[in-house]
Amino acid sequence: MGLDFGMTLPEKPVLSRRFRLQFEEAQQRWVLLYPEGMVQLNPSAAEILKRCDGTRPVPVIVAELETAFSVQGIGAEVTALLEEGQRRGWIG
Amino acid sequence: MAGSADPHAVVPAGPPLWLLAELTYRCPLHCVFCYNPVRYAGVQNELSTAQWIDVMTQARRLGAAQLGFSGGEPLLRDDLEELVQEAHRLGYYTNLITSGVGLNAARAQRLKDAGLDHIQLSFQDSTRELNDFLSHTKTFELKQRVAQLIKAHDWPMVMNCVLHRHNLPHVRKIIDMAVALDAEYLELANTQYYGWAWLNRDQLMPTHAELLAAEAEVQRFRAEQEASGAIRCRVLFVVPDYFEQRPKACMNGWGSVFLSVAPDGLAMPCHNARDLPGLQLQNVTQTPLADIWQRSQAFNAFRGEDWMQPPCRSCSERHKDFGGCRCQAFLITGDAAATDPVCNKSPHHEQVVQLVQQAPQRRQIPLVFRNDTESRARL
Repeated sequence: MGLDFGMTLPEKPVLSRRFRLQFEEAQQRWVLLYPEGMVQLNPSAAEILKRCDGTRPVPVIVAELETAFSVQGIGAEVTALLEEGQRRGWIG
Repeated sequence: MAGSADPHAVVPAGPPLWLLAELTYRCPLHCVFCYNPVRYAGVQNELSTAQWIDVMTQARRLGAAQLGFSGGEPLLRDDLEELVQEAHRLGYYTNLITSGVGLNAARAQRLKDAGLDHIQLSFQDSTRELNDFLSHTKTFELKQRVAQLIKAHDWPMVMNCVLHRHNLPHVRKIIDMAVALDAEYLELANTQYYGWAWLNRDQLMPTHAELLAAEAEVQRFRAEQEASGAIRCRVLFVVPDYFEQRPKACMNGWGSVFLSVAPDGLAMPCHNARDLPGLQLQNVTQTPLADIWQRSQAFNAFRGEDWMQPPCRSCSERHKDFGGCRCQAFLITGDAAATDPVCNKSPHHEQVVQLVQQAPQRRQIPLVFRNDTESRARL
């Protein structure tokens, strides 16, 4: 869809206090819980959102993930997920 | 006969993700569009605190993550705080679905301390007159106070307003009220015709023109809000399915993600399933929840696709809408396994068209308010 509200990502993204990030045993995945709803996250989205604690700048999140998963050049992917999260109100 | 499912040929069930705990059918309001069973007065023996805790524990183990405390009015249960606290400890996201009657500052604080995550507050209208008339109570000011209490305790608030021909013309004022009260979400829920709403359908049914006008107001608000650059209140317009050509994906499919437990412990794949003929519904006080969810006749009656009749059986959209709503199929066609007649491929679709078209000529039928006397009269 790509609705562009002209928002820019915060320097240090933080998960909105209106969403709860939680691992669900029965589903074997991380989910975001909010009033009467649940977003089922894929593993990479979960790893990104787990690091949105308001202390890490985006480049630090990217570097951490690249180290943790022995990959490179995932900056664009991380930014896209964060922008999507911001559009959907997950990122404050 | 409910479905053709062989009880031994069980479709593998995923986890129930939603547990709806209907704590009580008792309610201080008397709403004419209530979806509770018309014969609720015959339901005795509410589950005890310990029994509810057992249900919540079992459902959490099966995978339920969202928990709705509903009713009736769940605040009529004195043990609500205790149940919320236990649900929170179990890791549920806890939702209280309430009319607001019974919520004062002290109780709000206790629920906050217990870990309640969210409150959905119902309004009947943006005006005192219509709110109080439709619920047959004087609750309009109380609801305003409760809304402020919810925000003072930093809960996210979903405001819910059931729409019908009496309040559809007020939809913009209802939206403005939700924004003024700082609701994060507004659910504009066009009446679904079950329970008491089914009894009152001729009085509640809007015309197509009334509905289109309201929907245009909703779109106008959304456009204004987007242009402002700040989303303060997300407005959901729940589709009035009698006016559609395709059915809703009711419950996201029978026995797929939704598990409802009634005040007396009856476990149901849908909170309206009590009156469906041929279902062997089981009680949580007698059968382990895992057995009910995975193996019971009731939860498997319409699970998967084997039960489907034509035109659903070969329809390319059956994975999307799962054949629609079983309760609606039964109410309108007399067969719970029929295609939801809202679908224009259904041989019974004309009956839905007639229900809509005939309503304006049948407005003289008196409204029936939901109360114990009316319920007992129908036992």
